[in-house]
Amino acid sequence: MFQKVLVANRGEIALRIIRACRELDVASVAVYSEADIDSMHVQLADEAVCIGPGPSKDSYLKPDRIIAAAEITGADAIHPGYGFLSENARFADICESSGITFIGPSADVIRMMGDKATARATAIANGVPITPGSEIMADADEAYAKAMEIGLPVMIKATAGGGGRGMRPCFKEEEFKSLFQAASNEAVACFGNGDCYLEKLVLNPHHIEFQIIADSHGHFIHLGERDCSMQRRNQKIIEECPSPLLSPEMRQRMGDASVALIKAINYQNAGTIEYLVDAAGENFYFMEMNTRIQVEHPVTEEVMGCELIKEQIRVAAGESLSRHVLEATPRGHAIECRINAEDPYNKFMPSPGTISLWYAPGGKGVRVDTHVYSGYSVPPYYDSMIAKLIVTGATREIAIARMKRALGEFMIHGIKTTIPFQQEILKHPDFEKGTYDIGWVGRFLEEKGL
Amino acid sequence: MNEHGLTHFDLSKKDFHLKLKKGPDMEELGALLASLPSAPAQAAPQFSAPAPSTAAGAAPPPAAEGAEITSPMVGTFYRRPAPDAPDFVEAGSTVSEGQTLCIIEAMKVMNEIKAERSGTICALVAEDGNPVQYGDVLFRIK
Repeated sequence: MFQKVLVANRGEIALRIIRACRELDVASVAVYSEADIDSMHVQLADEAVCIGPGPSKDSYLKPDRIIAAAEITGADAIHPGYGFLSENARFADICESSGITFIGPSADVIRMMGDKATARATAIANGVPITPGSEIMADADEAYAKAMEIGLPVMIKATAGGGGRGMRPCFKEEEFKSLFQAASNEAVACFGNGDCYLEKLVLNPHHIEFQIIADSHGHFIHLGERDCSMQRRNQKIIEECPSPLLSPEMRQRMGDASVALIKAINYQNAGTIEYLVDAAGENFYFMEMNTRIQVEHPVTEEVMGCELIKEQIRVAAGESLSRHVLEATPRGHAIECRINAEDPYNKFMPSPGTISLWYAPGGKGVRVDTHVYSGYSVPPYYDSMIAKLIVTGATREIAIARMKRALGEFMIHGIKTTIPFQQEILKHPDFEKGTYDIGWVGRFLEEKGL
Repeated sequence: MNEHGLTHFDLSKKDFHLKLKKGPDMEELGALLASLPSAPAQAAPQFSAPAPSTAAGAAPPPAAEGAEITSPMVGTFYRRPAPDAPDFVEAGSTVSEGQTLCIIEAMKVMNEIKAERSGTICALVAEDGNPVQYGDVLFRIK
C-alpha cells in the first residue's frame, strides 16, 4: 500500500479522496490554489502545498507543480479525481516517468479511449454497438440508399458543421432527398463545404452509464448502471441507480458488453462507459468511455455497498479488488442531486459568494458529500458544484420521498442554488414514473419560460 | 391551507394566539440558526492535527522591511548553484533586474529564479535545501 497519496484536485472530490486515504491509514497531501486556502480539503489533509493562484490554468492544471509537490512531500501516488488532469495522458506519462503511481488506467489506455474515433472503433471491434453512421455521402442518391440501410430516423450532418447548422433530422422517406439538399446547401453557405454524412437518430434517448472496475489479479467487473438522463445542456443535474428504464435482460446485455470491452483493452482501475438507450429501452449504443472516477459514483456505492475511491487506491497499489466488491449485488435505490451555486430562475447564472448559513440534511439514508461549511466563500474560478446530496431507500418510491424530505431540510443562505429547481423536478409525475430522457429538462425549462 | 399551499399561519389577538402549521417553517428556522453566535466567517474549523504547510519560510518576519520576493513555483530551494559554490546573493547584496537569486529544483530541473527588478536584498527568508510552495517568501528586497 502507498505511504502517501497526493490529491491532484479540489472541492468535494478532494475531500472524498482524503477521507478514503485516512480510513486506509495512508497519509494524504492536498494541493491548493490561493483561492482555496480555506477549503475543507486543505484543512483535513495531513499536509498541504500551495501550487498557484486561483485560476485553474495557473494551479490545478499545472502538471509540473503537482509533480513538484509530490516530490517535496515524498508522495508515492497521485489520485487525479475527476476533471482537471484526470484524463490527461501526458500527465499520467509524467507521473510514471517520475516514479509516482498514477491512480487510474495507463497513459496508453487513457489516450486510446480519450480519442472519440479510436474509442468508437475499439467498441465496434469488440462487439459493442455504436450509433450507426456513414462516411461522407457523394450525393443525395447514395445518401438515401445509406439512410434506408441505417433505418430512419437519421440525422443528416454537415461534416464542417457546428452550432446546429447544416443539420437536418429526417423522419420520413419521401422527405429525405430534399432535406439532404437543404442541409448541404446550408453547409455551403455557412462553412463553404457541403459534404454531409448520416447518423442514426436515437429519439428521446436515455443516458445510461455502466461503472466498471478492474484489477491486476484478472478481475474485470461491472457494478451496474446509473441513469443520468436528467441533464441541462449535457450537464447532469440528477442521477439514479438503478435506471428505472432498464429491463433485467438489457442490464445483462449492456453489462456483458461493458466487461467485454474493458477485458479487450486490458483496462485497469475504475472507469465508466456511457451509452445512449432508446426510449423503448430496447437498443443501446456506445457513446464514450471516461477513464476516471465520475462525479456521480456515490449512487453506485450506496446500492452496491462498495467504496470506489478505496478500491481505486487499492488496485493502483497492486491489490485485488475487495471480496465484497467482487461479490456485490444491488440493494435498494439511490438518487443524487448535484447542488450547484447557480440561479436556476435566472438562466443558471453562477452564484459565487459567502455562505452565511449552511445546514445540511441528515437521517437514515442521507449522505452529503461537500467541502463547504457555514461562512465559506465559494470562489468564482471553478465549476459551481458545492455539494452532492445522495439518498438511498429500499425502493425507488422511498428514495424519492427521502430526497424530497432532504432537499426540504437543506438550508444554504447567502448564495443561490439549484435546490428549488431540483425540488420541482422531484415532484414532477415524469420523474415519479421514471419516464424522462435527455431532452426532458430542456423541454421543462422551455415550458416554464426559463 | 393545503389548497393554498400555506405552511404557516399566525394570528395574534388580545386574548388568544392561533398558530397553524402545515410543515416546518424553514424560514423561521433559518433565521434562528443564522442569528446564533458562531465562529467568525474566516476561521476554518480547527482540528487536532492541523495541516502544516510545507512552507520553508516559517520564521515570522521581524520588521517587515522591503518587498517580498515570493516563489513562482513548487520545489526545493537552493541558495547556491552547487554545494561548494558561493551563494547567489547575500543579505545586503545589490541585485540588478534579471540577476539569478536562487535555484528552485523540481522534476530534476534546476530552475533559476531571477530578480524582477533591481534593489538590495535585505532579508534571506527561505532556507537552503527546504521545500517551497507557490507564494512562499524567498527574500525581502528594497
